[in-house]
Amino acid sequence: MASVYERIGGEPAMAAAVEVFYRKVLGDDRINHFFEDVDMERQAAKQKAFLTMVCGGPSNYSGKDMRAGHKHLVARGLNAMHFDAVVGHLKETLEELGVPAELVGQVMAVAEGARADVLNR
Amino acid sequence: MAKVRHESAWYPLEPGETVLDGLLRQGVQVPHACRAGACQSCLMRATSGAVPEAAQVGLKDTLKARGYFLACACRPREGTALEVAGAAELRVPARVVDLESLSGDVLAVRLEVEAPLDYRAGQYVTVVRADGLARSYSLASLPREGRLELHVRLVPGGAMSGWFARDVRPGERMHLQGPAGDCFYVPGQPEAPLLLAGTGTGLAPLYGIVRDALEAGHTGPIHLFHGALEPRGLYLVDALRALASRHPNLHYRPLVLSGGGGDVEEGPLEARILASLPKRPVGWRAFLCGNPEAVLSLRKKLFLTGFSLKDIHADAFLPSTPRAGPVAGAA
Repeated sequence: MASVYERIGGEPAMAAAVEVFYRKVLGDDRINHFFEDVDMERQAAKQKAFLTMVCGGPSNYSGKDMRAGHKHLVARGLNAMHFDAVVGHLKETLEELGVPAELVGQVMAVAEGARADVLNR
Repeated sequence: MAKVRHESAWYPLEPGETVLDGLLRQGVQVPHACRAGACQSCLMRATSGAVPEAAQVGLKDTLKARGYFLACACRPREGTALEVAGAAELRVPARVVDLESLSGDVLAVRLEVEAPLDYRAGQYVTVVRADGLARSYSLASLPREGRLELHVRLVPGGAMSGWFARDVRPGERMHLQGPAGDCFYVPGQPEAPLLLAGTGTGLAPLYGIVRDALEAGHTGPIHLFHGALEPRGLYLVDALRALASRHPNLHYRPLVLSGGGGDVEEGPLEARILASLPKRPVGWRAFLCGNPEAVLSLRKKLFLTGFSLKDIHADAFLPSTPRAGPVAGAA
């Protein structure tokens, strides 16, 4: 069966989603301090890789990478509240772009599966 | 079989193999991360041969125009040959032909190069002195003008700017490396509004870009903001006013933090720019140059107001630091 990534439109859909999503993240005072002092383009590229992964697209992100990539943020206080905020923006983004609820649910499940790795638990 | 040339060696690709996978398999070091066409860490430049369209998906027009592609998404067609480079640099001999003071602390340095320098208005070059001292400066000139023009800010204690101000006379020789940078105008969508904003000598690339856009027949509104601390930090004011009077779509807005009045506005640059934008700036393109804090802050604000990241071209002038490599727009 086709992945959510393919069913919602592949790379072009990711390209459309990443800006909406990243704008929500940067506009959220609960979490945007984790995104300061980083290059916006590189950060947006990472956000796109993240969206691609949670939608089941071609990506070689592993749990190990997720752990290593967030370790320094956990040291700075990244916790479940921040994780929930990001996942909430992801859900809103997909809904705004008209992704069917069933597919949004599948993406949410994948994102939830990354919680332990992201929070280094 | 397709093949790829990298640093004078040819590497065969297996059917359907990407440039990244083929080079890695054969022991070539290529930076890479996501392998999904997203993170762009495997960016390379094609110096010869055709790159499949899919290898440039998601890249800025300015990068595409210069042949950049993503190695992880690049599957050359069977039987084709592709030559690639990371960041191929050029060094050409150049000679100073003219020096002109544009303001109390900005010097125009005009140069002739011995071999033609293929650049886009708004890019920058690195000036390399005979003893190896190197600094980067944006080009204020247009390629068709022949002579290159740099705007050198005189930095107290600055090694290169001090040399230009004190010692350099017409005829002085040096080398140029580059061009580099992707803050330049790409023709297309001539009716799109353009926002150009710079502080200090951030005006140099914008002066090139605005004239390039006008000569390319851009008909949409062009808003050029130049910010300085005081009126004496502004320069090319008369030239820009004259340009604006010939082109009704060009809106030139010089702005200072203090001492404004008359034709020069007073106030913080970022707030003025944001206040001048429509609620939903759809289709706008922005070019931001100069002070890094101002450029990076403005880039973020523009993104949050709705600018697409690919439509924001920023060139933050990083200061030079001892023993570090040369960086754009440094003293």
